[in-house]
Amino acid sequence: MQMKQRLLKTTVSGLMFAGILISSGCASIEPWVKPYERDNLADPIMSANRNPVSFSYTMHAFQAREGARGAEGGAGGGCGCN
Amino acid sequence: MDADATRVIYTMNKRSVILFILLQILLVAAFSSFAAVLPQERADVMYHSYEGDGMSIDGPSVLVRKQIGNKVSVSANYYVDMISGASIDVLATASPYEEERTEHSVGVDFLHNKTLMNLNFTSSSENDFEARSVHFGISQDFFGDLTTLSMGYSKGWDEVGKRGDENFFEEAERQQFQFGVTQVITKNMIIGLNFENISDEGYLNNPYRAVRFVDPSAERGYRFETEVYPNTRTSNAAAINLNYYLPYRASIYGEASVFSDTWGIDANSYKLGYIHTFGDNWILDMRVRHYQQDKADFYQDLFARSAEFNFRARDKEMSTFSNTSIGLSVTYEYRFSPSSWVKKGTVNYELDHLRFEYDDFRNVLADAPVGEEPLFEFSANVTRIFVSLWY
Repeated sequence: MQMKQRLLKTTVSGLMFAGILISSGCASIEPWVKPYERDNLADPIMSANRNPVSFSYTMHAFQAREGARGAEGGAGGGCGCN
Repeated sequence: MDADATRVIYTMNKRSVILFILLQILLVAAFSSFAAVLPQERADVMYHSYEGDGMSIDGPSVLVRKQIGNKVSVSANYYVDMISGASIDVLATASPYEEERTEHSVGVDFLHNKTLMNLNFTSSSENDFEARSVHFGISQDFFGDLTTLSMGYSKGWDEVGKRGDENFFEEAERQQFQFGVTQVITKNMIIGLNFENISDEGYLNNPYRAVRFVDPSAERGYRFETEVYPNTRTSNAAAINLNYYLPYRASIYGEASVFSDTWGIDANSYKLGYIHTFGDNWILDMRVRHYQQDKADFYQDLFARSAEFNFRARDKEMSTFSNTSIGLSVTYEYRFSPSSWVKKGTVNYELDHLRFEYDDFRNVLADAPVGEEPLFEFSANVTRIFVSLWY
């Protein structure tokens, strides 16, 4: 348990550091993937949440039977699912 | 680690998250960035079904999204769960039942100064439970859209009743902080990091669940009594996911997540999937997922006596268990003529088969000496059939 909490704390710190780096460095770093190189990334098969109606239901169906919750990504919105 | 130390760490995490959100809002306001886009206009009509552990839950879900002008997009969702049967928890102490849950939600997305914001309201209603929640989210792209930062805050209010007891009325409040970063790594790879802190306060029990305790005078050698949970719970979850586009039109994806809460539940999950396309019309998605958790500190399958501890639970979702699922989705996609009102349509079938195995939750319906019943296990199928239209 102690290890996992340390891991979570490290993750939070990492995210904070990444966020600050991202936000403060945006004027100086050149985008390394150009807009015309993004066809593959824009393909729906690269998105876990390409069908929100099914994504949110499936998330709910799993979460209702598991103790864990949160950090699934995708669309938020509160689920009234308890 | 003792409970106080745990609480301190969670409080620190929560403060860090709040501080970070404030910091990011300031940074977002301070730096110029690239344009975000509104979600696509589409409508989805779905039939969903869950079958497993003696329960059958199915119903429709309809989601419609429409753009108003260039800066606003609105959405509405209508969702119904029709529930019948009874899970092992209920069968041990009560009879099968039928009920219905209806959920409505409306949302608005707003594009302002190249920042995408959304606001959602959800209400869920059943004969013994009412839930309302509001969510606010904000996201912004940086580095020429290579990095997307998103944050969210939700607040929820629950009203808990109990069938057969008109005087029973309890309340709970829920609060969620979400933070995510999506990063384009190469022209074929994207990774995402998500973090979520959730805190609940109030009546967090399920009023129908009971714990069992040894009572030699009882016919079966044990009896049941009401569960008692702490009235606060704080949890943290973090997940990393990756999508990689293969040299032909296919992709692989993976996700790993960790979870920990103040009730002592630690969990992790791993997911791996492969998406394959056949021509322009067919998409096949195959996936496996494994989930494992350790029990809550106050969970026991069998207590030594009545009211043995202040807090006590025998809800199987609080026990030590794992589940493994395999899933398959098939999509048929059709593109209409460019002049048509409808641009694209899909027909989808999705199925996940789950297997749950419990380490310390016993099947009390089996004929065996007290505390020596076989460990419980069950399988379930989660099915979605839906049609989507883009216009």
